[in-house]
Amino acid sequence: MIEELGTNDQGDMIINVGPQHPSTHGVLHLVITLHGETVKKVEPHLGYIHRSIEKMSESLSYRQFSYVTSRMDYLSSHINNHACALTVEKGLQIEIPGRAQYIRVILDELTRIASHQLWWGALAMDLGAFTPFFYSFREREMINEIMEETCGARLTMNYIVPGGVMFDIHPDFQKKVKHFLKEFKSKIHEYNELVTGNVIFQNRTKGVGYISKENAISYGMTGPSGRGSGFICDVRKLHPYEMYNQLQFDEITEEGGDAFARYMVRIREMEQSMNIIEQLIDNIPEGDFLAKTKAVLKLPKGDYYTRVETARGEFGVYIISEGGTTPYRIKYRSPGFSNLSALNDMSVGGKLGDLMATMGTLDLVIPDIDR
Amino acid sequence: MFSLEKLVSIIQAWLQSTLGDPWAFIVVCILVGLAAITLFAILGLMLVYMERKVAAHMQIRLGPNRVGPMGIFQTTADTLKLVMKEGLTPDGADKFLFNLAPFMVMIAAMLILAPIAFAKNFQIWDISIGVLYVAAVSSVAVIGILMAGWSSNNKYSLIGAMRSAAQIVSYELSAGLSILAIVILSGSLRISDIINSQADGWWIIKGHIPVIIAFIIFIIAVTAETNRAPFDLAEAESELTAGFHTEYSGMKFALFFLAEYINIFIGCAIGATIFLGGWMPFHIGNWEAFNHIMDFIPSSLWFIGKTVFLIFLIMWFRWTFPRLRVDQLLNLEWKYLLPISMVNLLVITLMAIMGWYL
Repeated sequence: MIEELGTNDQGDMIINVGPQHPSTHGVLHLVITLHGETVKKVEPHLGYIHRSIEKMSESLSYRQFSYVTSRMDYLSSHINNHACALTVEKGLQIEIPGRAQYIRVILDELTRIASHQLWWGALAMDLGAFTPFFYSFREREMINEIMEETCGARLTMNYIVPGGVMFDIHPDFQKKVKHFLKEFKSKIHEYNELVTGNVIFQNRTKGVGYISKENAISYGMTGPSGRGSGFICDVRKLHPYEMYNQLQFDEITEEGGDAFARYMVRIREMEQSMNIIEQLIDNIPEGDFLAKTKAVLKLPKGDYYTRVETARGEFGVYIISEGGTTPYRIKYRSPGFSNLSALNDMSVGGKLGDLMATMGTLDLVIPDIDR
Repeated sequence: MFSLEKLVSIIQAWLQSTLGDPWAFIVVCILVGLAAITLFAILGLMLVYMERKVAAHMQIRLGPNRVGPMGIFQTTADTLKLVMKEGLTPDGADKFLFNLAPFMVMIAAMLILAPIAFAKNFQIWDISIGVLYVAAVSSVAVIGILMAGWSSNNKYSLIGAMRSAAQIVSYELSAGLSILAIVILSGSLRISDIINSQADGWWIIKGHIPVIIAFIIFIIAVTAETNRAPFDLAEAESELTAGFHTEYSGMKFALFFLAEYINIFIGCAIGATIFLGGWMPFHIGNWEAFNHIMDFIPSSLWFIGKTVFLIFLIMWFRWTFPRLRVDQLLNLEWKYLLPISMVNLLVITLMAIMGWYL
């Protein structure tokens, strides 16, 4: 373990990155063995923000338990709520109104764009450029305003409930979303000019944090991080939920397996998400936004599993029900945990600066790893 | 017309007549010292304010705007806060070196002020080896940084200091070679001679492409020598939290912080002096009327204007580019900049011998 003097018997330096550190974006603690500037070993230590959400959910009703999932991956809280609602609906076999489905998918994709925007700014900051952070927040603010108007919250939405969505959309919703799409199309070009095309940025990310497709699969890397290694794992395509099977969009994969490939996957995914929203925004059907459900939900005895594609990868909800009003056991499969497990493999042999680039492109959200 | 030269000569003549020979000299020395320290403090405050405003402008925000009109007293308030803070010394630190380090960095920065010509005939010390003196003294700062990194007994500090040492020592070569290019063209190491050689045109204009290459290399080297982004590896806060000054607090931290800005000023002042003509006004060939109007602008304004322009360039770099990795940084110097500046120096020598400049 960590020696007193901070060096091991080979004379390597052992440094603690975190739990409070600018580039871990939360309370992640990495124990890094450094040989000069070269990383020899990375050991993530978890548990600093463990809130036992899974255990807590066992005493919450089927309407309540999804509220805590907003606090897991707070950047795609909407999609987490979605997964919980889908699981309950699966158990109760509730038909969801078409209007609710459209709203859910549009907001899912908006959440994905917002999450990728924040990641883009944070990655640039990890690599030492401060300005992109402000640019990304400028556009993210537009999404946050839409969310605030629709859900009443900017970060922890809690908008999706079993049976549909909690309220109807705001009358300005379509207008604002279209305005955002129009604005963001030109801004994404600006993003590419400012960061993607930059020689220093490309040097910092190309060939850095490489992981092969086989390793990515065996570590269970999903989402943009897995797709950066060519692993076809988009749940929206493979196991379509809601109405993703009726939509025209591409699953973005890159073959590079390095930080730049993962970066490009996310940039191109933002464009695909805009594409999806464009298909839906004008066709939101009239009708109910919430199906009629019983006051107290009771899932029939059995176990239920649903997975969705969050901004970080595959998010799974596994519920075992004994037929009561609360779940007997809940297990979440969070994408960040599996993605983090590959960090050691990806960064050994690289420089200390490469570790930050690798961590940045894994897009870690610590409360998602430590539930 | 107002001129610093006249002001100084009046003061000096008055002191000479009232105090007599040895005492007048001592008083002048003290006055110069006080002026340098004041300049130091004002420059630090102004540049930090400028940096924050430039950064704010590039990042679509307003920047400091609460303390005083347009927030101009923000940096003063920050400095007061830092003065009042406790300067902690960590338990495991080498206390003597730890407390000495910020002063080393500061004194090194201060010493380089001596040969800089702020205006026409307004210079603390017009030493005959001016440029060499600047190159030599500026490398002393790295000792202070190494001392800070080593004595802090912190691994982040140590890594930061080692990076900084490697970086400053490497980039000094490029900076030195590009200064040498102008020394060859002007034929003197003395700062005033270099400025006077640009009376009929700044070197960047009459030196053609080789001097422009030398200028670009010089600006890159100065950015690296002052540990500024994209070469801020010594501080790299996403990797090393705060690099070599992680353990410093209060005024000791402020000294490092101010020294960084003074070093930027000095680097840019040297750049403005040797490439952009220092206080020399902008002249175009035979346009008598135009040249006369240009002469009317005080020489101190010319110098400050050119320096601030270069400082703005360096700030622009910082708020645009990501940071290089440590091996890429050294590759850039040893594999690209150094060979280019060596070849460039040969070309310039040829130019100087053949007289291929205006």
